[in-house]
Amino acid sequence: MHKLTTGRKVFLACNYTILAISALLCLLPLINVLAISLSSKSAAAAGFVKFWPVDFTWASYKYALSKPEFIQGFLVSLERVALGYIVNMVLTILVAYPLSKDRFGFRYRHYYAWFFIITMMFSGGLIPTYMTIKEAGLLDTIWALVLPGAVPVFNVILLMNFFRGLPKEIEEAAFMDGAGRWRILIQIFLPLSLPSLATVSLFVLVHHWNSWFDGLIYMNSPKNYPLQSYLQTIIVTPELNNLQVDQLLEATMVSDRTFKAAQVFLAALPILMVYPFLQKYFMKGLVMGSVKG
Amino acid sequence: MRLVKNAWRKTALKRLILSFILILLPLYVLAIIIYNWGINTLFFKRTVQTIIYFPHFLSWVILGGIFIDILSPSNGIVNEILGFFGADPIFFLGDEDWFPFTLVATDVWKNFGYGTIVYLAALTNIDPHLYEAAVVDGANRWKQTWHVTLPGMLPIIMLMTVLSLGNVLNAGFEQVYNLYSPMVYSTGDIIDTLVYRLGLIDAQYGVATAVGLFKSAISFVLIVLANFLANRYAGYRVF
Repeated sequence: MHKLTTGRKVFLACNYTILAISALLCLLPLINVLAISLSSKSAAAAGFVKFWPVDFTWASYKYALSKPEFIQGFLVSLERVALGYIVNMVLTILVAYPLSKDRFGFRYRHYYAWFFIITMMFSGGLIPTYMTIKEAGLLDTIWALVLPGAVPVFNVILLMNFFRGLPKEIEEAAFMDGAGRWRILIQIFLPLSLPSLATVSLFVLVHHWNSWFDGLIYMNSPKNYPLQSYLQTIIVTPELNNLQVDQLLEATMVSDRTFKAAQVFLAALPILMVYPFLQKYFMKGLVMGSVKG
Repeated sequence: MRLVKNAWRKTALKRLILSFILILLPLYVLAIIIYNWGINTLFFKRTVQTIIYFPHFLSWVILGGIFIDILSPSNGIVNEILGFFGADPIFFLGDEDWFPFTLVATDVWKNFGYGTIVYLAALTNIDPHLYEAAVVDGANRWKQTWHVTLPGMLPIIMLMTVLSLGNVLNAGFEQVYNLYSPMVYSTGDIIDTLVYRLGLIDAQYGVATAVGLFKSAISFVLIVLANFLANRYAGYRVF
């Protein structure tokens, strides 16, 4: 491809444009909301705000961060992510390793595999699940959010397939040198599976940070709501407190709209911060884990 | 039984077909463009990929907040842009006719970038020797795409289509729940939201459990069928 014909040039330009437009389409709604959250309430109400803040102010953010419910939700969410991450990762690794062996290494592998697969295919439904959690006495505790999804089967499959892709000879050599199963898993398999572990980590972190529905139904008192459940109650079902908020905010620079935009953005912020670092492992981790048959 | 029929209708076949066309086609095109057709600026490629995957990682609560704002008929930016072209404001989230379309569009917005990953992976797996052979045989880029790229991707395309069959009934509870309102129950309701309202709001545990179980059973059959087909025709196995 030394010489570019005119047709080729036009074609390339089209490609760049299509890609740029799709990327912009993904960004613009976010930028719009960010701009609204940084604008004053009169500008936001009049619809002057497009993609750049008008009458720049931090007032909405200050107000959001001074609300005890918001901080409370943030802390519950952090606790949940930390606990959930540890439980999920440990169990995923411990399940994926034996299942990555073949029938000769692990005789009953097939039955165990189906035991996990069936949970992906069939669920009792909302009400029975709720009843189970209730009878187990987990309502209103953080464990109601962590334990029901303790073994994320999809992630297990990803990691298992990645383990399978590692050369068998390494494990055999380690056996020869007298390493046990645990040692092989921890000192050989895990360091070699970094791309896959990073991908699974991203999924787990994002899942726990983003879940809102379980918080909504398993927590009776709103003070136990994780951040996303709290946001759900104020953003999506706003009839209750809309008026009150606007009355409260009468004197300030903040309106219900800018306040919501600020909270939405604050809730998306942790993901924005973690995502770019884990994303680069993505192709490798996902592809190796999923496409192998 | 009436409930069952009602619930069945709520799977919204129309929406399914729409999403198929809207989601799958752009995916192939984008994936092929990104990988194959000579965008050689690595930085540009990476940046675009990073950006278009991103919405997938935001929760529907956050997206609900964003969409309710930008789609609002009074001062949302989408309607302002439409107004600039002289259109009347459209209440995307509150109009029975527009709501299914809005659901599909928002779902595409969230997931289309992420969906390209699978196709990109399929493209990476095509043996480069095939392209070289094609070039030696005098094939130009169109011919290469037609005779090497597409056949190479066909198994994955089939696979994704078949597997999505298994998820027909899981039509995005989180999305619908965060975007709908009593105004659009007639066109926007899905089985999961119905079960939720019946069971946890109205406390009709019996009916809700029955509908939920019915849905689980049908999904189970569909998923098993999808996996069987995928195994048979694309050699795909979950485990």
